[in-house]
Amino acid sequence: MATLEIRDLHVTVEVENGTKEILKGVDLTVKQGETHAIMGPNGSGKSTLAYSLAGHPKYTITGGTVTLDGEDVLEMSVDERARAGLFLAMQYPVEVPGVSVSNFLRTSATAIRGEAPKLRTWVKEVKEAMERLNIDPSFAERNVNEGFSGGEKKRHEILQLELLKPKIAVLDETDSGLDVDALRVVSEGVNRVRETGEVGTLLITHYTRILRYIKPDHVHVFSGGRIVESGGAELADKLEEEGYEAYTKGGASA
Amino acid sequence: MAEAQNIPVGSTTTGSIAVAAESTVATRMSAPPSFDVADFPVPHGREEEWRFTPLERLRGLHDGTAVANGNGVKVDVQAPEGVTVEAVGRDDARLGKAGTPVDRVAAQAYSAFEKASVVTVPKETVLTEPIRIAVHGEGGTAFGHQVIELGAFAEAVVVIDHTGDAVLAANVDYLLGDGAKLTVVCVQDWDDKAVHVAQHNALVGRDASFKSVVVTFGGDVVRLHPRVRYAGPGGEAELFGLYFTDRGQHQEHRLLVDHNVPHCKSNVVYKGALQGDDAHAVWIGDVLIEAAAEGTDTYEMNRNLVLTDGARVDSVPNLEIETGEIVGAGHASATGRFDDEQLFYLMARGIPEHEARRLVVRGFFAELVQQIGLPDIEERLIAKIEEELEAAVG
Repeated sequence: MATLEIRDLHVTVEVENGTKEILKGVDLTVKQGETHAIMGPNGSGKSTLAYSLAGHPKYTITGGTVTLDGEDVLEMSVDERARAGLFLAMQYPVEVPGVSVSNFLRTSATAIRGEAPKLRTWVKEVKEAMERLNIDPSFAERNVNEGFSGGEKKRHEILQLELLKPKIAVLDETDSGLDVDALRVVSEGVNRVRETGEVGTLLITHYTRILRYIKPDHVHVFSGGRIVESGGAELADKLEEEGYEAYTKGGASA
Repeated sequence: MAEAQNIPVGSTTTGSIAVAAESTVATRMSAPPSFDVADFPVPHGREEEWRFTPLERLRGLHDGTAVANGNGVKVDVQAPEGVTVEAVGRDDARLGKAGTPVDRVAAQAYSAFEKASVVTVPKETVLTEPIRIAVHGEGGTAFGHQVIELGAFAEAVVVIDHTGDAVLAANVDYLLGDGAKLTVVCVQDWDDKAVHVAQHNALVGRDASFKSVVVTFGGDVVRLHPRVRYAGPGGEAELFGLYFTDRGQHQEHRLLVDHNVPHCKSNVVYKGALQGDDAHAVWIGDVLIEAAAEGTDTYEMNRNLVLTDGARVDSVPNLEIETGEIVGAGHASATGRFDDEQLFYLMARGIPEHEARRLVVRGFFAELVQQIGLPDIEERLIAKIEEELEAAVG
């Protein structure tokens, strides 16, 4: 069973007046089949965690370890991490002019699977996945994320999640900027992947709203660059009622 | 109107559109067109038509110090049966018929060439094989004049290939008879040190179609000036361009489509990729719709993809309209960059770095390459683009 282990992870970022430590010792274990929600206020370092796991060059790892089934993730390049089974659904997916969605998906699937998918089954696979996410077929001929609405971008991220079948999926604020209908469609997509039991999900969110659709096994409160409390789904209910205030104060004094 | 703009990376401009009583395209040149080099002052670099060009790298083409030395270029013309290939003197009536030099280097070329090459496709002759003109630089300095003439209803494809190393100034004239169809693919695949400055003049006959594909990969400085005029109504011009500007290279394409008669069409699409320090691409797209040119339909577009830091693009679309009785007129210019975020996004989906770059650049050029309509040329261009990318990515 695939396991992502994050141990005492410290991450810095270059800011205008020097270096700033964003992650201050994150410990977390995500196993295949589990769903973890990471919740926290703005600026707590949630997205930094997501991007650091994927290997974004902006972030510098200054301490700690990340392993996937014992393999050192931090030693891998961005594309190697993806091929090892790590997937990041981005909060702000990037426009790639001149590259069509269909070309992008096929190139990506070829890289991840290690061989080009057979054309006939691939076309069917993509078509069905798009239908399930209410994505118009014309979408395939558009350039990646170019001129996409917020909802289209997020559905496109989940489409990739469904097609690439990672071991560990990190969903960075996939719910932000979505109306209720889009949130439902996107959540259903995530749930389909979860129901296979083959993915460990790390759901990063600011709001409890998405947790009505995607039920987490574990909820972690993130504040001041680390996990400050962990619990079951009931912790989300507490956050819903009380907000993050208790944690941000605590974080400041810690 | 003569005000040009430097379009910063990442921005989009629709350029300028002006309705003018008389053309500023003509008046902003430092001297009127002439075949005599003495009619042009030596440029100092601040003139509108020279301000983007590194004069100090022109190896004297602009100031009279460049002298032909006999080992400039070797020209080899391979023409199918029925085509006439002649070397003629400057008194030949076909020379200069398509257009007059508009700047000092073009006039210098006209004043200095020894023999002009004239390739003629007789009327109603439809070629099934292309005419191939290989211009190979031998390391010296040369001045050239090439005429390609198609009689009425003739059809031909011409591939002009520039390779090797040379300092070359030239004029190329395309004369299209009524109803003729000419496709010219002009490839600048020079070695790194070559300097190439040329004016291309097309005179498009009544109901004739002219398709030009200009491809610039090599050279230290390449400055081309493709110009189109129409000899009668119903003419059509498609001007496609593709350039890949590497470190230290200056590649400049200055176009003019002069809609001087009614009911003609033009479509200009130039796309370039740049990579490396001091890679500099310049694109000037002038379209003039004269008062007489009612029913004109024109569009011009320039797109640039900047792959690395340190490259520079100057893109100046310019549309002048002297009559409102037209079908359409539009233009666009945009320069975008392939940035680290795109790279990260593609790599985060398992795609290795070199493949990610190739994907983006191929995609960028694909639409243009597909419009060429000559499969062997299309394949060669794609291969060449890949080669350029490989050289950069290493």
